[in-house]
Amino acid sequence: MTVGLQFFLALSASLFCLGLYGALSKRSVIMVLMSLELMANAVNINLVAVSRFLTPERMTGQFVAVFMMVVAAAEIGLGLALVLAFYRQAKTVEVDAMTELKG
Amino acid sequence: MPSAVSGTAAIVLGAIVVGSALGMISSRNVVHAAFWMLGSMLGTAGIYAVLSAGFLALVQVMVYAGAVAVLLLFVIMMTLRSREDATRKADFSWRALGLALAMGGVLVAGFYGFSPEVAAMPEVAPGVEMFGRELFTTWMLPFEVASLILTVALVGAVWWSNGGKDR
Repeated sequence: MTVGLQFFLALSASLFCLGLYGALSKRSVIMVLMSLELMANAVNINLVAVSRFLTPERMTGQFVAVFMMVVAAAEIGLGLALVLAFYRQAKTVEVDAMTELKG
Repeated sequence: MPSAVSGTAAIVLGAIVVGSALGMISSRNVVHAAFWMLGSMLGTAGIYAVLSAGFLALVQVMVYAGAVAVLLLFVIMMTLRSREDATRKADFSWRALGLALAMGGVLVAGFYGFSPEVAAMPEVAPGVEMFGRELFTTWMLPFEVASLILTVALVGAVWWSNGGKDR
């Protein structure tokens, strides 16, 4: 049996919404970052699936997904450096404690 | 890369991905959530393999499962003061749930009208050799910009970890 494009679109949509719920409702910054990674993954699945079904010989979705992985890796590296810098000062990783931009 | 794709593998991997994401969202322990996320990343790598994106599947395992998840676990371990801090009370928010469901509705409505003329997965898909060739010819400028992004992120993260002191 085969699956169609709709399956992969539904998969990426549900993953994106799960990541969105996590990013909006979690209290710990690390949980928020993990949910953001879920959302990035969902977008990548969408890109690769649509490219595979519509124009498989050009692989556009795969290339965009690779560069998006690069950006997501850079983002999480810097985001975690930020979390560590904040923890060094405030000794907490609660989102509600990060109210000031300075420091 | 096999050209024909099995639907069973896609459904099982899709269940792994969404189930692990659900486990991550609903977990009260941060360390458990990181491992659920790792499972979701590995399932996504399987999805890429099902979609004949073999190179992308390997990159996913190396970057996400191998680096991002490990880095997250490092930071979790560094920001826990005691073992009990890992478990927190369940963060549930009706507003977030409503927003996520609304977004899901918008996405489903958008996808519902998007039914292109291809009914089944095309049989032939190019392999890694074509991917490499295209990466260094057609996509060379984004490739160089990506390496610049990684260098900037590396320097920035190292500088930040030193307390931001001038060097």
